[in-house]
Amino acid sequence: MLELTREEKAILNSELATTGDKTALSIVVKAAEMLGAKRLVKITSSHIDGCLYHGDSGVLFCENLAKNGAKAKVPTTTNVGALNFIKTNQAKLSSEKLQMAQRLMDAHINMGCTPSWTCAPYQIGARPKKGEQVAWGESNAVAFANTVLGARTNRYGDFLDIACAVSGRAPYYGLHCDKNRNAEILLDVTDLPENVKGEDTFFPVLGSVIGRLAGDRVCAVSGINKITSEDQLKALCAAAASTGAVGLVHIIGITPEATNLPHVFGNERPKEILSIDMDMMKGAFHKLSQTKQAGKIDCVALGSPHFSISECKKLLEVSEEKDFKVPVYVCTNRHTAQELKAQNIYSKLERLGVVFIIDTCVVVTPILPGSSGIMMTNSAKFAHYSAGNTGYRPIFGSLADCIKSAQNGYATLNYGPWK
Amino acid sequence: MSWCGQVLYSGTAKGTVLRLEAPISFWGGISPDNAEVVLENHPQRGVKITDKILIVPNPIGSSSSAAILLELLYAKIAPKGLILGTNKDAILPISVLVAEQMRWNTIPIIAMENPTFKSGEELEIKADGTIHSI
Repeated sequence: MLELTREEKAILNSELATTGDKTALSIVVKAAEMLGAKRLVKITSSHIDGCLYHGDSGVLFCENLAKNGAKAKVPTTTNVGALNFIKTNQAKLSSEKLQMAQRLMDAHINMGCTPSWTCAPYQIGARPKKGEQVAWGESNAVAFANTVLGARTNRYGDFLDIACAVSGRAPYYGLHCDKNRNAEILLDVTDLPENVKGEDTFFPVLGSVIGRLAGDRVCAVSGINKITSEDQLKALCAAAASTGAVGLVHIIGITPEATNLPHVFGNERPKEILSIDMDMMKGAFHKLSQTKQAGKIDCVALGSPHFSISECKKLLEVSEEKDFKVPVYVCTNRHTAQELKAQNIYSKLERLGVVFIIDTCVVVTPILPGSSGIMMTNSAKFAHYSAGNTGYRPIFGSLADCIKSAQNGYATLNYGPWK
Repeated sequence: MSWCGQVLYSGTAKGTVLRLEAPISFWGGISPDNAEVVLENHPQRGVKITDKILIVPNPIGSSSSAAILLELLYAKIAPKGLILGTNKDAILPISVLVAEQMRWNTIPIIAMENPTFKSGEELEIKADGTIHSI
């Protein structure tokens, strides 16, 4: 049975609370009942997935909340929207849909959300500390918050996210609770060659394997000795959260809660131990490409999750100022774009043929020309969603391969260890 | 035959089962315009989920999936009921709570371990969470 505090009951019954506040709390309460939670937990931040336009229904609901006086009670960032606020004509939506997408984004601003419009809030300062209770949406951000930051959130889907932000509370269940953060399954990559573990493509490929094997279970990974960048963890989390419903991965010796193996399993034996071999990894690598054609490509798409400053710098560096023959879409957020402009990187990349997609990305809203084509990408998440959402068939490869392919105009892959 | 599941959202429905044969994220996997499975390489690509008792043994993927289900409810092209194999997140059921707040159509959502119903079976979901073959 769910027990509410006196304060929570007071909000639901008070004449002082706005109707919007009451609606939000009552949604959180009903969700908590569905989930078998015994109480709610106060949160310190929220990240809202529900600001991306999928149809009029979500707009009408959020406008209704906003109109009824709902206000976020904790610092709240917004995920990507369906349009580039700066270049609104970039999204090929009908004027009616553009207007609805804008109305949805406006409703969130009216409820007091910070207009960040990014799937990588952790790149722009939204970084809850280890142990902090938060309510985040967007599957990659959820996996990142739990895994890399050690904060505590479940996967809050559209609408429950804004309801949590407005009520300042979440159902106390799942990954909010200590015991549910213990791993159930151990994936051991010790036997994979060290040079493979050094490849940038290793992380999205391993993430895809994790998602398929772990499903929605908390999993631990042993055998990774070194992770050199947060971008690698970002790629792993995003991949695991697209092939599975993964919310938390403990990388032994690397992530904050994974100090040692017995600890992440709560001093119990893993229910399942799987050794990951090269065949599984190669299988996952090749599954990320959905065309065998080694021919012409139509574009390169980078930045799912949003491309970081260091990734943009690497893009510039590896390109060696050689122009691209096909558009290279770099999806990122306005904060990163601003920083890139300040460092004089933005215009250099544009001169090479980069098309910046700000506030949104190429698979969540129609930006790519036509309804079919070949997209090369280094993102497992783009590879997973592009065909269904855009009609473009993905070819997956390293950033260096993406750059070479863009410069040649045709897929140029150095399969390296994935042959 | 009858079965008993956990009521996530109470309601009644009678209809033909459609079982998702491979995991799918509603966002990116189901079109909000016509309720068709659009995920590349999915064995049921092109199948419509409208008016079915949809069995989702293994809900996965994007947390935007609630928005897709809400859109299907609003456009009156949703399944008649959902039977989920797990209840670890409220991503799909939350859309029915929102539909209720907006006074739109709602559908029953039941969670049960390893639902074995096969596509083509006729089922009735009752308000108490019992499921009957008809």
